[in-house]
Amino acid sequence: MSTASSARAADLRAGDPKSSAPASASAKKAGAVASWVDERTGIAKGASFMLKKVFPDHWSFMLGEVAMYSMIICLLTGVFLSLWFIPSAGQIPYEGSYLPLKGITMSEAYSSTLGISFDVRGGLLIRQIHHWAALMFVVSLSVHMFRVFFTGAFRKPREINWVIGTMLSMLALIEGFAGYSLPDDLLSGTGLRAAEGFIRSVPIVGSYVSYMMFGGAFPGEAIIPRLYAVHVLLLPAVLIGLFTAHIILVMVHKHTQYSGPGRTNENVVGFPLMPVYTAKAGGFFFLVFGLLSLISALVTINPIWAYGPYDPSPVTAGSQPDWYMGFADGALRLLPGWLEFELFGFTLSLNVFLGAVLLIPVMYTITGAYPFLERWITGDNREHHILDRPRNVPTRTALGVAAITSYLVLMFAAGNDIIAIRLQMSINDITRAFQVLFFVAPILTFWVSRRICLSLQRHDRDKVLHGRESGTLVRTPDGQYYEVHEELNEFDRWKLVGFESPAPLALPSGKDANGVASKDAKKELRRAKWSKFFFTSRVEPVTPAELAAAHHHGEHEAIETPAGAGAHAIKQAKHD
Amino acid sequence: MSDPRLPATFENPGLPPHVHRAADTDPRAAKRAERQVASLFTLSILSTIGFVVSYFAVKSDTEAFIPFIGTTNLLNVLLGVFLALALLGIGFGAVHWAKTLMPDEEVVEERHPIRSDDETRAKAVGLLEAGAESAQLNRRPLLKATAGTALGLFALPLGVQLAGSLGNPTKALDELKSTIWDVKDGKPIRLVRDVERTPIKAADVSIGAVFHVLPETIKESHHVLEDKAKAAVLLMRLHPNDFAADDLGKKAKSWGYEGIVAYSKICTHVGCPVGLYEQQTHHLLCPCHQSTFDVTRDCEVIFGPAKRPLPQLKITVDAEGYLVAPQGFAEPVGPSYWERKK
Ligand code: HEM
Ligand code: FES
Repeated sequence: MSTASSARAADLRAGDPKSSAPASASAKKAGAVASWVDERTGIAKGASFMLKKVFPDHWSFMLGEVAMYSMIICLLTGVFLSLWFIPSAGQIPYEGSYLPLKGITMSEAYSSTLGISFDVRGGLLIRQIHHWAALMFVVSLSVHMFRVFFTGAFRKPREINWVIGTMLSMLALIEGFAGYSLPDDLLSGTGLRAAEGFIRSVPIVGSYVSYMMFGGAFPGEAIIPRLYAVHVLLLPAVLIGLFTAHIILVMVHKHTQYSGPGRTNENVVGFPLMPVYTAKAGGFFFLVFGLLSLISALVTINPIWAYGPYDPSPVTAGSQPDWYMGFADGALRLLPGWLEFELFGFTLSLNVFLGAVLLIPVMYTITGAYPFLERWITGDNREHHILDRPRNVPTRTALGVAAITSYLVLMFAAGNDIIAIRLQMSINDITRAFQVLFFVAPILTFWVSRRICLSLQRHDRDKVLHGRESGTLVRTPDGQYYEVHEELNEFDRWKLVGFESPAPLALPSGKDANGVASKDAKKELRRAKWSKFFFTSRVEPVTPAELAAAHHHGEHEAIETPAGAGAHAIKQAKHD
Repeated sequence: MSDPRLPATFENPGLPPHVHRAADTDPRAAKRAERQVASLFTLSILSTIGFVVSYFAVKSDTEAFIPFIGTTNLLNVLLGVFLALALLGIGFGAVHWAKTLMPDEEVVEERHPIRSDDETRAKAVGLLEAGAESAQLNRRPLLKATAGTALGLFALPLGVQLAGSLGNPTKALDELKSTIWDVKDGKPIRLVRDVERTPIKAADVSIGAVFHVLPETIKESHHVLEDKAKAAVLLMRLHPNDFAADDLGKKAKSWGYEGIVAYSKICTHVGCPVGLYEQQTHHLLCPCHQSTFDVTRDCEVIFGPAKRPLPQLKITVDAEGYLVAPQGFAEPVGPSYWERKK
């Protein structure tokens, strides 16, 4: 018995490495610590898996990182702010060192924000970094979202992460608005005043909900501490939770990569976490933080001391929210007054409700649903790990551009007064123009960007078929000139031909096999129609046969290569 | 026409050959890169020291002039710039190190389908089913029903507590309708200047003038901001001929006193204080979304997203010649809500 157990004990030791002398004392110490931790957590298994993990390298993959870092910087500086900020609407006379406001009655929230700005050493810097990081957070998150959209990175298996991202984006707006409202200065207070008006516009329950949120009549003393709880506790917790899920899914899926030589749907080509990616991504955190500090040192943002404390009666000229809320503000400016009307004696303010309450959830619902809509149209159920070049999926790209256009129209509409003054035009005309643009501009940009995609694709075909222009002119013995075209090598060529260009689904009859119009068959018909919309205008990648034919055509390409060679490859779907 | 031996599509040519960097082959280039990285880290160290020194040495109210930016707080600039350099030094150093000295040969990792194989799936389903079976879930419908209901309901107490205690909404409708202009004891309420809180003689209001006005009752208010948020009023004097000749103009004039008229300052759109008065046109403009109200026609909306005119406050003068409001607003002020007409 004893022999057996001692033999087993010996077995347990058998795997232990014969410790070879470590290089240095510090390496020995580090090794000892690592071993202590591993014996209690088994972390080496996870670590060696993680440290080997490969991340593809591309500038556009850093956008999400910027968002992540800005959020971390918000969290960090936010904790600092919370040490001095007093979330109270209680009114007190100002006793701080900013002379112009001395003795004025104001809320403790406003007074303590003045304190952070003038009486806490370096407090202003922290406040400014917090605010700039918040702006950077929303900007980078949006651009990151555009990247994901235009490259089709939301396709299977990444739809869940797209939805999580959509939620993060919406919550970031709300988090920013809540934070912006905390200092209780004249501008942010006027913003809250408007927010109360938004809530009142909700049919049936609006006035009650307003009273519940504000704990009574506006402004009341409840809203500041409540927004504070939402801003520093509730939403950060949700944001961190969603963000963590987001990152875990990125690990599970492994990062997508752009099409290129050696990159396939079955592999990831890039740099391992240790050391290259750690150094680059870690270094990048410091770059973002450093940039934000520099901006905060030099450019004042939200100088609340210049606005004065909130008071419902003074007029705030040119009041404007932070940029990310601009589109909702613009929508409010465009929605005409006749959208408010009476219904059985009740008042329905659609002019407010549509823009201020419905717009954001509707916008994000459409965004979140897009991957599922596209999958339904394309019927494509495969996993996709190779990113699309935006030009190779013209309809999706054009849809994205159209959506961004609508957003921008709303955002610029929020500046209708400023534009009217700058251009010396009537604000009526400007507003009318924006109202029209909201409907027309997206259609226009949809059409134009789809054209551009197609012509870029044709240009790619040209390059593959006829090589790239070398800039060298050669004169033939019979006096003609031609430009020497250099043929692409196989690696460069692959970047231009390594994509799919699916044909639209064939139009079914809308009847089932027995010739009876059935529900399912009708659904298929609808899907085929959308598929036609999605895939009709398309350019196919060059095939080896086409390249061979082009070579055959002439070793020397004449200068006047017919414009739009490859136009023959635009296939119109046939109705059958 | 096309060569049948050619494949239908191109094939992925595989990774291109690796090209070495200068620092990989030339020890001097490597040494140079090392020095550059080290200088960046040193910059960071020095800037950190700079931050700490500025923190203690610079007075917090010193102003400094920065070209292109103007006069700003010196302490803020120094702290921010030093912090920025401390961080950027580390950032650029690390990235440069990665780019010049760390391996730049890409590695390939295989992907596997995300879905589990059928066997694993079957095993998971089996475990679930076995679990449900051994808990006797399906054999005891009573347990299933009660457990389901209990789980469905358990969040209710929390919801009730939250919704029930946020704020009492039963007063909402009454309060949204009332303002401290409402006359309680039959005694008209004097109009007072917003900031000074002094009463206003009709004779003090010249043509073209605008006054920001509150009711005198604000002095006894225990909820100054809440009361102000509904009671703020704008007072203007027009020439009696400036009013439109139609019914609206006549009503506006008759609710005023010798061309002096008072209107709620709370925009009927979403509630910003309206306050930009154009003397020539007699238009009131809201700064938030540019709703424009025509004072000569009872503050009808002539532009912008608001639907309703600003409510008018009926005014007259008392025995001493001070402007007073004999009654409160005839309708709720501010943004619309569902029960506004009730
Ligand atoms: C993650 C996203 C966050 C965003 C987008 C955000 C945004 C903002 C904004 C725009 C302001 C107004 C600042 C100003 O005065 O200019 C603000 C204020 C504030 N935030 Fe945040 N914040 C975030 C996270 C946090 C966190 C995690 C905390 C605390 C743990 C925090 C604490 C505060 C405090 C105390 C204030 C008011 C003090 C002041 O304005 O100086 N924030 N926030
Ligand atoms: S609040 Fe006055 S126009 Fe919107």
